[in-house]
Amino acid sequence: MTVLDTDIRPEGPSRFVAFWQRYRRNRAAMLGLGLFVIVVIMALTAGLVAPGDPLARAADPLTPPFTNSSVPLGTDQLGRDILAGIFYGARISLLIGVIATLISIAIGVLIGALAGYFGGWVDDVLMRITEAFQTIPNFVLLLTLVAIMGSKIEWITLAIGIVSWTAPARMVRAEFMSLRGREFVDAARNLGVSNGAIIFREILPNAMPPVVVYASVIMALAILLESALAFLGLGDPNYASWGNMIGQGRAVLRTAWYCAAIPGIAIVLTVLSFSLLGEGLNDALNPRQKK
Amino acid sequence: MPLPIPPILSYALRRLIQSIPVVILIMIGTFLLLKLAPGDTVDALVGDMGGADAAFIERLRAEYGLDQPVWVQLWRYMVKLASFDFGWSFVYEQPVATVLLDRLGNTLLLMATSLSLAFTIGVALGAIAARRVYSLTDNVISTLGLIFYATPSFFLSLMMMLVFSVKLGWLPVGGIKTIAGFYTGWDHVLDVARHLVMPTAALSLIYLSFYLRLMRASVLEVADLDYVRTAKAKGAGEARLMFHHIMRNALLPVVTLLGLQFSTVLGGSVVVETIFTLPGLGQLAYQSVVQRDMNTLMGIIFLCAIIVVIVNFVTDLLYARLDSRIELK
Repeated sequence: MTVLDTDIRPEGPSRFVAFWQRYRRNRAAMLGLGLFVIVVIMALTAGLVAPGDPLARAADPLTPPFTNSSVPLGTDQLGRDILAGIFYGARISLLIGVIATLISIAIGVLIGALAGYFGGWVDDVLMRITEAFQTIPNFVLLLTLVAIMGSKIEWITLAIGIVSWTAPARMVRAEFMSLRGREFVDAARNLGVSNGAIIFREILPNAMPPVVVYASVIMALAILLESALAFLGLGDPNYASWGNMIGQGRAVLRTAWYCAAIPGIAIVLTVLSFSLLGEGLNDALNPRQKK
Repeated sequence: MPLPIPPILSYALRRLIQSIPVVILIMIGTFLLLKLAPGDTVDALVGDMGGADAAFIERLRAEYGLDQPVWVQLWRYMVKLASFDFGWSFVYEQPVATVLLDRLGNTLLLMATSLSLAFTIGVALGAIAARRVYSLTDNVISTLGLIFYATPSFFLSLMMMLVFSVKLGWLPVGGIKTIAGFYTGWDHVLDVARHLVMPTAALSLIYLSFYLRLMRASVLEVADLDYVRTAKAKGAGEARLMFHHIMRNALLPVVTLLGLQFSTVLGGSVVVETIFTLPGLGQLAYQSVVQRDMNTLMGIIFLCAIIVVIVNFVTDLLYARLDSRIELK
């Protein structure tokens, strides 16, 4: 059961409209939203724009961009369509980004909630573990995990989630520490609500907003981590990935620099969209913070 | 009788002591994690030799103690680690400690140059942007910061390589010194510096965006505080206001970030060192993963953990030095 069923929040729609009006005024945030929508559309329409295998030969190798209408962005040294690679790469980047972010938030929420709610030795132990994860350079840990688990896309996604949970854990812990002494928590406890229910139904919903905003940062970092792995040739070879395209493009950097530059720009714009989106959300949700 | 240690130092020392169990935890965790990997050192060795008979494999396993239960192996490893014995690298056919020491200097040099550049330029640009908020200067600085924040280090490195090495021919493509250059004295220093320009630029451009963004927000916040307004009302000029009143407080969160981010920057060196074939710990980390040189990989993780702990100790001291109000439990 939920304590404080008498909801004092303003009705949903008006709250959302107010939020949207604040968000819309921010030009940078709107640019971020626009870029994000474009990447999502690319991911969804990859199969329509470039049917077939994006890793198959589409035209003569090293066709420059804008010279052949069947491969508008040209081809790489194996004759693979760069445009198709960009569209299918968007799919992989978003997929890995979203799932790795969910994994990292799930781990972070669990650890942060337990540490912040119980305090004492539970907090000590969990915080030492968190510090251990923060102390190892996350990319070195990621390499180690991939070396052990292999380069399948599922494992890479899991590994990125495992190296990214410390920041949300600390945020959730801080929220729990400040919320656990509030009246509504005491009330729930006096009513005999179990610890589990207090953590997940009473406190967690109140602790989530900063984590949700921070998700955009994790997503951006997850996409960067995946692309770096793929660039080093440790990604899943069965999928077109922007990082992998840049890694292959490195071999022909002298003669065909566009092979590396085009997917590079795709990564920059995608990560930029998440940063702008995150900042826009933050500003719109905390209007007082805005200068 | 209280110990004659200043409270700042005792606070930092306590945090240092707290990090000992963290490092032990890291090493136990890594050891057990690597035991999960398919195949051990002997498999790798035998693979290199093109196969061997079962009796010989058994003998090798016994020789390396790999026939013992995992916890015995773990105990032996940790005991040796306590005396900085990282074991033997079968790839480099040297003690791991020797391999690590060969590379440590280059990575520390790269870290020191990139981080000091990233920090000073980031802080300066962040402060400038905040004092001219929403002006053209601010917009240019903030936009560039956002773009570098979103740029993967390997992509930036490749593009710099394309422009400055391939097209213009100004800078060497990789390495730490000219092979068979045999420079001495200043020529050697200059040669190394030329090789470090691009890796340093790549790392610092990306990480300066972190400091820039935080410094801008921090200066904006501090400049709004009452004591700054008072100082302004009393006629303090912009320079005095900035350096005497705002800077010290505004730097606090940025110094914290410097400590927190250090391990991330160390991780970033893996990619940059690999691209520029810079023989440092980062490149070694990548190579030992690819070549399954587990002893070396564990040595790197241990060394990185120690470096991060030391850097955090120094940032604690710096933080306490900057903020006289710091709460010392």
